[in-house]
Amino acid sequence: MKVRIALTVNDEVHEALVPVHKTLLEVLREDLALTGTKHGCELGECGTCTVLVDGQPVLSCLALPLETEGRRITTIEGLADGARLHPLQQAFAELGAAQCGYCTPGILLTAAALLSERPSPTRQEVKEALAGNLCRCTGYTKILDAVELAALRMERART
Amino acid sequence: MIRLPSFTYLAPRTLAEAATAMAEHGRDAMLVAGGTDLYPNMKRRQFEPKVVVGLRGIRELRGVRVESGGWTIGAGTTLSEVSTHPAIARDFPALATAAGLVSSPQLRNMGTIGGNVCVDTRCNYYNQSYEWRKAIGFCMKKDGDICLVAPGSSRCWAVSSSDTAPVLWALGARLRVVGAGGERIVPIAALYRDDGIEYLAKRPDEIVADVLLPPADGWRSAYLKLRRRGSFDFPVLGVAVAARMNGDVVREARIVLGAVASLPRPAERAAAELVGQRITRDLVTRVADLAAGPSKPLDNTDFTHPYRKRVTRVFVARALAAIGGLGDGGPASEEVA
Amino acid sequence: MTKNDFAVVGQPLPKVDAWAKVVGETRYADDLFLPRMAYAKLLRSSHAHARIRSIDTARARALPGVYAVVTAADLPPVKFGILPVSQDEEALCADKVRMVGDPLAAVAAVDEETADLACRLIDVTYEPLPALMSIFDALAHPEVRIHEYGDGPNVHKNVALQFGDVDAALVGADLVREDVFFFEGNTHLPMEQHAAVAHWTSDGKLTLWSSTQTPHYVHRVLAKVLATPAAHIRVIATPVGGGFGGKTDPFSHEIVACQLSKLTGRPVKIALTREEVFYTHRGRHPVLMWIKTGFTKRGDITGCHLRTWLDGGAYGSYGVASTFYTGVINPVTYKIPVYKFEGARIFTNKPACGPKRGHGTPQPRFALECQLDKAAEQLGLDPADLRRRIVVEPYTKTANHLTVTTIGLGECIDKVVEASGWRAKRTRYGVTAAMGSQPTGGSREGGAGCTHLVQPEPPSPKKPGIGIACSAYMTGAGTAIYWNDMPHSGVIVRADRSGGVAILCGATDIGQGSDSVLAYLTAEVLGLEPVDVQVFPADTSLTPVDLGSYSSRVTLMCGMAAIQAAGRLRDAIFKAVARKLEVDPAALVARERKIGVPDDWDKAVSFARAVELGEAMHGVLAFPGSYAPPKRAGKYKGGGVGPSPCYSYSACVVELTVDEETGTVDLRDVWIAHDIGRTLNPLLAEGQVEGSIYMGIGEALMEEQVFRKGLHKQPSMLEYKSPTTLETPEIHTILVETDDPEGPFGAKEVGQGPLLPVIPAIANAIHHALGIRIDEVPITPDKILKALELRRRGKPPRVGPERLPLFTFKDPLVVESAFGQPADAIGVRPFQS
Ligand SMILES: Cc1cc2nc3c(=O)[nH]c(=O)nc-3n(C[C@H](O)[C@H](O)[C@H](O)COP(=O)(O)OP(=O)(O)OC[C@H]3O[C@@H](n4cnc5c(N)ncnc54)[C@H](O)[C@@H]3O)c2cc1C
Ligand code: SF4
Ligand code: FES
Ligand code: FES
Repeated sequence: MKVRIALTVNDEVHEALVPVHKTLLEVLREDLALTGTKHGCELGECGTCTVLVDGQPVLSCLALPLETEGRRITTIEGLADGARLHPLQQAFAELGAAQCGYCTPGILLTAAALLSERPSPTRQEVKEALAGNLCRCTGYTKILDAVELAALRMERART
Repeated sequence: MIRLPSFTYLAPRTLAEAATAMAEHGRDAMLVAGGTDLYPNMKRRQFEPKVVVGLRGIRELRGVRVESGGWTIGAGTTLSEVSTHPAIARDFPALATAAGLVSSPQLRNMGTIGGNVCVDTRCNYYNQSYEWRKAIGFCMKKDGDICLVAPGSSRCWAVSSSDTAPVLWALGARLRVVGAGGERIVPIAALYRDDGIEYLAKRPDEIVADVLLPPADGWRSAYLKLRRRGSFDFPVLGVAVAARMNGDVVREARIVLGAVASLPRPAERAAAELVGQRITRDLVTRVADLAAGPSKPLDNTDFTHPYRKRVTRVFVARALAAIGGLGDGGPASEEVA
Repeated sequence: MTKNDFAVVGQPLPKVDAWAKVVGETRYADDLFLPRMAYAKLLRSSHAHARIRSIDTARARALPGVYAVVTAADLPPVKFGILPVSQDEEALCADKVRMVGDPLAAVAAVDEETADLACRLIDVTYEPLPALMSIFDALAHPEVRIHEYGDGPNVHKNVALQFGDVDAALVGADLVREDVFFFEGNTHLPMEQHAAVAHWTSDGKLTLWSSTQTPHYVHRVLAKVLATPAAHIRVIATPVGGGFGGKTDPFSHEIVACQLSKLTGRPVKIALTREEVFYTHRGRHPVLMWIKTGFTKRGDITGCHLRTWLDGGAYGSYGVASTFYTGVINPVTYKIPVYKFEGARIFTNKPACGPKRGHGTPQPRFALECQLDKAAEQLGLDPADLRRRIVVEPYTKTANHLTVTTIGLGECIDKVVEASGWRAKRTRYGVTAAMGSQPTGGSREGGAGCTHLVQPEPPSPKKPGIGIACSAYMTGAGTAIYWNDMPHSGVIVRADRSGGVAILCGATDIGQGSDSVLAYLTAEVLGLEPVDVQVFPADTSLTPVDLGSYSSRVTLMCGMAAIQAAGRLRDAIFKAVARKLEVDPAALVARERKIGVPDDWDKAVSFARAVELGEAMHGVLAFPGSYAPPKRAGKYKGGGVGPSPCYSYSACVVELTVDEETGTVDLRDVWIAHDIGRTLNPLLAEGQVEGSIYMGIGEALMEEQVFRKGLHKQPSMLEYKSPTTLETPEIHTILVETDDPEGPFGAKEVGQGPLLPVIPAIANAIHHALGIRIDEVPITPDKILKALELRRRGKPPRVGPERLPLFTFKDPLVVESAFGQPADAIGVRPFQS
């Protein structure tokens, strides 16, 4: 069964005719050409496919587009403000927090949600927020450092 | 990519509509709330419903309310909402803990408490892809007729793997269940059956609408979860302890074990031993030994089953010690509330 | 050069591909979508070992949306394998399947869903054969043969090498220890599942984009199995979303995608599921080890004898090399005057093992480092001091004829001992400390004679411990996988009047930052910023051959080639600039995007201008750089595995607590000092160290690739336990520089070595905490409780393998020990001028 859906992704409305059983992950990548969203298991077991729905990190591999209609979806392609990188993106690049980069989109989005809710998290809070995103390359160390650096810079920019 | 099988999706706006739709499609239909349990299972072809009835659009399922007789948690409330709700954290710390220990942050943003109490039983011969199950030979829970864990057995021993169910049981929660033919309110214990396949004692059209918690006065609770990692992993042992205290004397107590049977398993003798007593180290040891009795894990989850059994004792002791204020350095503080 | 002479080297610069990665622009293989593309799926065996009776594809072909279905009958009957000596794989199995997951047939269809459905419509009948699921099974059933070739029934490889008279050395020792260890297998688990897109165009040419670490070997294999000239095939390695050795073999899915593209006239994509990645495997071998070592009272090693049995799985892969690696690298760390190694790789009906980060060496490293810990305890020596004394001398040879150049291991040990507070913690923590002192944490108010007795608190069940271990690893294999005299790595640097510089190199960036290192080194030589250098990697039609991203060879080999190529470009430009400025070329320097004489810098010309002058003088500016390692293979059969231009060294201290009631291990801190030769970029180097530690932790405590009833027990991300942020401790990295004459600006490897010491350091720390020995990896809580239980029952508190296979190694090749001899010539290698 195909349905016509209208998804608000990165503040743009996308219409598509897709089978109901196609997940948000599949529709983003295959129908909307937003391949920045990655996947590592498609079963909810790795966090690689994380996107934001109304600002909250969710797993696009377990979400149906129908269930996200009318809600705000943010993918990695929408994290920067136009050409201005999000401070997290800047910090990840500067500190080498992306090695192979495959987990990076999901981690950046999860971290962005954390910082908008809790602008100055402790290291333990960052660890807990990112506990649903596996990374096999970095040992998380540079990732945690980069989130802390971005938080600090955002804090400074506010004051 | 591993993908979903095809199905028709219905999005009712009210509970009544949802129940009617379920009744109409019978065995062909399944409910979905957050989808975090159902969709992975469907991708592995453990379920292939023709019709999926989504509960997300039903307003009355959302939210936490305080009413005269206690607290009401709508079944559609997400685990994130449950774990961070200030009143729940205050009154039912074990529930906040258990909800906060389910899988990962993302999953808790999606998964609901209703889905969590109805979550499918698990077994590492069953939570596998279609191809894998075919290769090993299908078991009776899906597509086959034998049990691979207990080959002589006529029943399935898949494991109740909900984090919140044992806690809700220990807290004396009741459920409001709405079906096509009306609604009923039952103690949560009555939702479960000791069978890995038919693990829920409810008709398919019945929807868990609310979780009802009695007032918390005097109750203290703790939940400890055994798993390999601090995130993602299902419990392979859950220990929920609740005690109503009068001063330092236990008036009422419940100990419920998760993930050691096809349903949450109460340790009644052990709990009875607590009543009328002050919690001392000796008592803790005695009760923990008793509580480990009903823990009968089989070899179908992560960790060896003798190990899970052994840790039952330790966790019961630690949970009791926490409730009794016998500070010990044992459990990680995040696990005890 | 001293550190201060560098402009780029040593700076914490972002990676050149970092920006694309943080905005989601990097295109991995599965992100490629071509017009008219078809999607392919493999049908895989559901039997661990069986003869194929028949495959009926009729129902699959009839399914609407299916473009093509292939079986072995549709491919040339050519076997392949990464090593010339182990050509035992088939793109699609023809007669026999050897594991659950072996590919049998493939479908190309309009979409993945249809291809998947069609696979389920293929009917296969099998004649099951007994499945041999362990080393013991396979050796006990010589009548059931998984392969017809090898060194015996189900014995893929049997090797034995002896350097000096080990028996005599052991007789002369004050202490001889004999220990048995087991290291369970585990897998790479890259976050990106393997994917490939093949396009066989109507001009008869084939392009394959694949997430591979070794496009060159894939290229060779495609030519062979598709019976097509290599000249008509182009392999492009897409950015790899994690490799760790798991994408280093040529794979069935790559070959099949090509064939399906040929048949359908469409581009064909194939993307493996996570479960299929577990079957593709090539991960860490399970290895059973017996190690016998003699020690003097002061802790010197008199001699060492090691036996290893590797569970190879169903195919050869890199297995012959893996087998040697379980034996040959141990001697480059500590002084081992005489050495004997016997190793055997056994075929079993499981996914093939191969190279995973540290290829073949973490297992014997675990054995040796735990044994050293036991010896130190028996000899009453501090385990750090024992190791410090016996570190190999620089510029000498090992017993097995490997040349050690620089070695910073002593300094590494000193640094971690100091940073971790080793000495104080070693006495403060641990069983012996606990036994001597009163239980801590008891109630302060309570006490004898006190009337309000507060219940005394029991001591915490969490016991602290601290442990140490060291390691060494190769910086690139000294010999190629197939014998040849050509470069191992090549680079072309080109520049034109735009001032832009491009580097073409066959290396693949798997996240380790090889593109960045190429840009840094070239920029350093030419006085540019890395951003001025464009790197074009891993395209077999455009880039000079590089053997691939494995064995920690890329930074050294591509780096040396890049330095050579960039140096040639610089010399050409200098000549032109010198003429213009009327100075001697030798007086010129390149820096800050200019070329000039330092004392007369105002006259310096811009780099772009310099290139114009160069182009005018020489014509097109494009220069090659070539690298092949020094020829140092030992002059005996098998001497080709182990030599490397130089070795990196690590020392690691782990601090942890163990809960003696639950057996749970909590890591607190890991200190690691790594001899990297020269740090080209501290951020990248630390990142490699941290990633290695992380992977080592997973292997030590939870990751295992285990089987049950002929099947992988847990082929999923959820049940294969990869540590999360919450299991990862704070990691303190110390980089030690020894400026190795063999490396680019003195650099050695950092991508694999730091994994090795973590595992034994954890085991040794657990011993320190509780006095128990877990001689088996992973060290799980149930094993810890079992050891404690043994102690309660008055038995030795050790959990580990209890038996060894009945197996006859072949007569050893006896060679004189080269221990302590001066190193071969340093810095002498092919293609130098
Ligand atoms: C990787 C991973 C890890 C997990 N780890 C944990 C864990 O640690 N602990 C844990 O407890 N769970 C875990 N889960 C399971 C699951 O995510 C949670 O149990 C979650 O709470 C389920 O809620 P849901 O709303 O997503 O359920 P759904 O998937 O929507 O539904 C689950 C089941 O309940 C039924 N159902 C849902 N809502 C209702 C209702 N209101 N009335 C009647 N039936 C209903 C559905 O028909 C379905 O059978 C994990 C899942 C994954 C994929
Ligand atoms: S317990 Fe037995 S029947 Fe039930 S899922 Fe496991 S193997 Fe199947
Ligand atoms: S792809 Fe792994 S959680 Fe979605
Ligand atoms: S950077 Fe490779 S998986 Fe995280």
